[in-house]
Amino acid sequence: MNTYRVQLMMKAGLADGPGKSLEQNAARFFDIDTGKVRSSKLFSIVSALPASEIRAYADAALRDTLLHERYMDKLFNDSRFRRFLYIAKLPGVTDDEGVSAEKTYADYFNISGSGDGQFIFSAELYYIEAALSDEELKKLGSELLGNPLINHFEFGIFNGRIDYLPQVRIRNAVTTKEVPIDLDDSALQKLSKEMLLSLDLHEMQAVKQYFLCEKTGLLRRAQGLPENPTDCELEVIGQTWSEHCKHKEFNARIHYRDLDTGEEKEIDSLFKTYIYRSTAIIRERFEKAGNNWILKVFNDNAGVVRIDDKNVFIWKVETHNSPSALDPYGGALTGIVGVNRDPLGTGVGGGRCLFNTNVLCFGSPFYEGALLEGQLHPRRIMSGVIKGIQDGGNKSGIPTVNGAIVFDDRYRGKPLVYCGTAALMPLEYKGRPSWEKPVDPGDRIVMAGGRIGKDGIHGATFSSLEIDEHSPRSAVQIGSPITQKNLSDFMESAAREGLLKCSTDNGAGGLSSSIGELARISGGAIVELEKAPLKYPGLQPWEIFVSESQERMSFVVEPVHLEALLRMADDYEVEISDIGCFTDTGFLDIRYKGACIAFLGLDFLHEAVPKKFMEAEWQAPQLSEPVLPSQDQNRILLRLMGSLNICSRESVIRVYDHEVKGKTVLKPLMGDKGNAPQDAALMRFYHDDFSGVAVSNGILPRYGDIDPYEMSAGAFDEAVRQIIAVGGRLPDPEVKDGIFWSVNDNFCVPDSLYDPEKNPDGKFKLAKLVRMNEALFDMATFFNIPMTSGKDSMKNDFKKGDVKISVPPTILYSMAAGIPDIRKTVSSDFKHAGDIVYRIGRTYNELGGSEFYALFGELGANVPRVRKEDARRIYLKMMSATERGLLASAHDISDGGLAAALTESAFGGQWGCDLDIPDSGIGENAELYAESHSRFVISCAAQDADAVEKIFGKDCCRIGVVTQKMRIRIRVSGRACIDLGTEVLFRAWRDGLNKPVAEGEIHG
Amino acid sequence: MVRALVVTGFGINCEEEMAAAYRLAGAEASIVHLNALFQEKDSIHRYDILNFPGGFSFGDDIGSAKVLANKFKFKKMSGGRYFIDDIRQFLADDKYILGICNGFQALVKMGLLPNTQGNFEQEVTLTHNDSGKFEDRWVRCLIAPGNPTPFFSDPDLHQIDLPVRHGEGKLLIPDEKVKAAILAKKMNVLSYADENYAPTSAYPANPNGSDLNCAGLCDPTGHILGMMPHPEAYLSLYNHPAWPRKKRRNPGLSEDGQGLSVFRNIVRTVRKTRE
Repeated sequence: MNTYRVQLMMKAGLADGPGKSLEQNAARFFDIDTGKVRSSKLFSIVSALPASEIRAYADAALRDTLLHERYMDKLFNDSRFRRFLYIAKLPGVTDDEGVSAEKTYADYFNISGSGDGQFIFSAELYYIEAALSDEELKKLGSELLGNPLINHFEFGIFNGRIDYLPQVRIRNAVTTKEVPIDLDDSALQKLSKEMLLSLDLHEMQAVKQYFLCEKTGLLRRAQGLPENPTDCELEVIGQTWSEHCKHKEFNARIHYRDLDTGEEKEIDSLFKTYIYRSTAIIRERFEKAGNNWILKVFNDNAGVVRIDDKNVFIWKVETHNSPSALDPYGGALTGIVGVNRDPLGTGVGGGRCLFNTNVLCFGSPFYEGALLEGQLHPRRIMSGVIKGIQDGGNKSGIPTVNGAIVFDDRYRGKPLVYCGTAALMPLEYKGRPSWEKPVDPGDRIVMAGGRIGKDGIHGATFSSLEIDEHSPRSAVQIGSPITQKNLSDFMESAAREGLLKCSTDNGAGGLSSSIGELARISGGAIVELEKAPLKYPGLQPWEIFVSESQERMSFVVEPVHLEALLRMADDYEVEISDIGCFTDTGFLDIRYKGACIAFLGLDFLHEAVPKKFMEAEWQAPQLSEPVLPSQDQNRILLRLMGSLNICSRESVIRVYDHEVKGKTVLKPLMGDKGNAPQDAALMRFYHDDFSGVAVSNGILPRYGDIDPYEMSAGAFDEAVRQIIAVGGRLPDPEVKDGIFWSVNDNFCVPDSLYDPEKNPDGKFKLAKLVRMNEALFDMATFFNIPMTSGKDSMKNDFKKGDVKISVPPTILYSMAAGIPDIRKTVSSDFKHAGDIVYRIGRTYNELGGSEFYALFGELGANVPRVRKEDARRIYLKMMSATERGLLASAHDISDGGLAAALTESAFGGQWGCDLDIPDSGIGENAELYAESHSRFVISCAAQDADAVEKIFGKDCCRIGVVTQKMRIRIRVSGRACIDLGTEVLFRAWRDGLNKPVAEGEIHG
Repeated sequence: MVRALVVTGFGINCEEEMAAAYRLAGAEASIVHLNALFQEKDSIHRYDILNFPGGFSFGDDIGSAKVLANKFKFKKMSGGRYFIDDIRQFLADDKYILGICNGFQALVKMGLLPNTQGNFEQEVTLTHNDSGKFEDRWVRCLIAPGNPTPFFSDPDLHQIDLPVRHGEGKLLIPDEKVKAAILAKKMNVLSYADENYAPTSAYPANPNGSDLNCAGLCDPTGHILGMMPHPEAYLSLYNHPAWPRKKRRNPGLSEDGQGLSVFRNIVRTVRKTRE
């Protein structure tokens, strides 16, 4: 074998994007003057072919002759560039570009595709004019261009050679070990820690008990297994009983004490008490009235609702926080590509993804405080995460239609990265309901998609002791959208042909999780691990079973269809492997080369995890309203529009493809100039009728500092009112209009398990979580809007030494609602001069937690409260106004209050407005900036004003008109408050993410 | 019936709306995986219009559509021929080819566009936008009067609004002779334009800094068209970002999107040649 290095470099005179961006970013972020930079791409090719053949291949298949110079035997070197910086991937890290080069190598030489192991590796080689120090080069490499967790760096003075080759080589013997379990308590805890099982003492005791039980011993001896568990068995138990898979804290028994009222109560599982029960109640109401659109909730990878007589709608929102803290790009990319597999692996599987959503919580990009070791700057996390979401959606051809970004410095340790995907799936495949998941003994277990490596084993805790230069690096995973796109295309065809009985995804926990779950349905499974294809040899059997290598699905296939499925997979160039069968023995039976290496009772595995007990104590924080000096309102509104939580997201929105598939009707930005921000997104289902779905999200973490109940209720209301704003309709069990609602709840909280030393305020944090859940139940059951799926992430703390940065308890509601006719929907921007402007809903003295107070560094006390009865009345009126086509625009009032909503409505059409808001006695600031819920800014044509006022009655307040003149003029009870050019406000809003708004820059 | 073939696979992802476009234009559309063509389970010769939709074939690794174009040029089909030879035969039969976005990139890298010399050698390329990033935005385009392609033969359509969604849409024409030939034969079918529909090189109206402000290019015969903007993403009025305002200004406005005209034009042309 020869190793060739092929280098491609932009011809002199052509734009060198990566080179230029290194010059700019080095100066911008690190104040490093690189001088001129030239970039190049380096392919390391291990091949038996002679150099002449490789050269021909490089020239024909890799190089664009109009763009690139190609170097082969001798790499580019020029003494004008005094330093070099080489960035390659560590062994085992996803290298899509290398793999694509291999595919085109196979096409070029007309040889069959999949060889053994990677043989083309891509890397980048930069040439830098300035004589930078090693320290500076290292900084540029590891903080700008790469990440030490996934990249290999070389830098200094270039000698013209690169010798690095990230081939994976593992030298240890493949064995299954017996692990003594008859240990005392401290030894059990030590064992859990050493094996990274993350099981507490009670759980370890339960494991010990199981293995020491006489009946277990008998059964195990019959399989040739020792009395002690094998490493594989303990790993499977650790994975199955993990917080991630069993949601032990959401299922814990909680003792809740309200120290203010003295009330005490026992809660047996937050999930069952609030989330599951609310949906069960709602579902019963609908079904009693003969409305049967809720098909499947909580017991598959995603919730399923019926949209019409052809298709079901499946949707899931996940979080990918910890991986995004370590490697923002890979973490977010894997988050998106991973959540795609949830709807794809629901029921039979093989749906078609309809849209992606993402909600991101970061520290301020302008954060200037110190960083802990291993902590990335929020700006770097943000840019990496956004790039990951971009590639995850764009490269898969799934439009990213809805999202939000929330800034709060408490997210600077761990960002929150919520990723959602919805899909449509035919109601039936060959006469069988698509959303059901039947598994019978005798069905084959088929793994499809990517191969298995050491990826994600024990997540980020992967021990650094085991690492040498050829060890696969796998703590951080990088998804491959293109691998998954091929897989999902194949699944769609296979499902339609009736070849799949059902499917599920291999995400967290890998085969252990997917087969462990599917085996519960039939009552057992036999897995032959040696049949699973590996990325490289040397994996231990238990590693094969729990590996989290991406882009894999597990299929349940009837033996009669296996042959046809294999053939079809071949056509799609998707690798699939038959790795065992389902049984009804009651056991998960795992074998490696004929020997049984794990034999675990499914009842034990899934039911025996001991219930956790947790304590919660609530005491309302002692807060008061601030007294603010009187301020120039023009100045305030400008600062508000440019503030991080309100300003334009255009630079982010535009890098996401939000209209592939050609079905997006309300995009994140609308209007002639594409600059009017919208509330909910709206998509059609089909190209030939007008039915569709509105998508929104509600998230208000800062309210939780005052009252987590109102934070959760408010976020729920925010998501609902956005859907109402665009023309959605509340569900009504009594009306068979077929309008579905589907909601994902996502809790992200800091560690809430009390520990006198490590977590002294754990009880208070847990009380917050309880209150968030109470609000969820109250709101959902009041509006009959069901949770259909969700996720909790319980340990969002970044720890280093004694320092802990914890996220504020956060809940995100992601909502989707059916829209019968998208032509009747309404956008948020004003449409015409002379239109009448109304505020719908009442403003209260509720500035607590507002963006307005945040400008002054204040929290306040009067948090906005949801008044459910008022909200429903107003929403019903909004529904009749949109139904009659009376509204020219409708915008929900949230961050920044009425003044911000009015300003945003003026942007899209280049309008102004002339308004007078009556002071209801709460003061100018509250009238303008309070974020009271269930309110809208609407406008209508003058001739429709009477009809609008008749519908809304006392719930509407006529405040003025849209003007041709591009000036925003707002008076409060006749007193002039705001008088600013729309353009001035627009610029402040547009540029908010680029730079902090400094006091001195504001002028009207 | 006019038959449109929409190829898919390997990361192509606009096949669904491309097929919908032809169906709405009155043609029959088949979405076929490229491997079915390579394995000769289906043949392009059964169809009238061959379509390469947008997407991220092979993740745009090694350069947009490069790996895909290599497949067409170098990979032998089951029968031993090259796909590119089938395409030449297809064109010799007086048929039509459309490539959008990633499909346009593939046509350029295969040498099908602009093909001023008729030898199917790559003459131009599409590379990274001047902005250095992928962007999704709507652009205004001017349609070149008297252009040779039937895809834009509608005498009443002089300009069109469409979304672009790409990171590598900058057309580079290094050879002045090629540039002159393109201009002489009016092959620069679509130009990025400002608010008054005058061609512009100013960002963001021109999203990528293309030579000749080119958004769409055809071959000298007009039978092959490639374009970066997505006509298949503007089949309905409700795709346009200003549809609510357009409707307010003109309540009787047609619910068809302007992009649909591209497909209606070619379907009409094929139908006419049959008569």
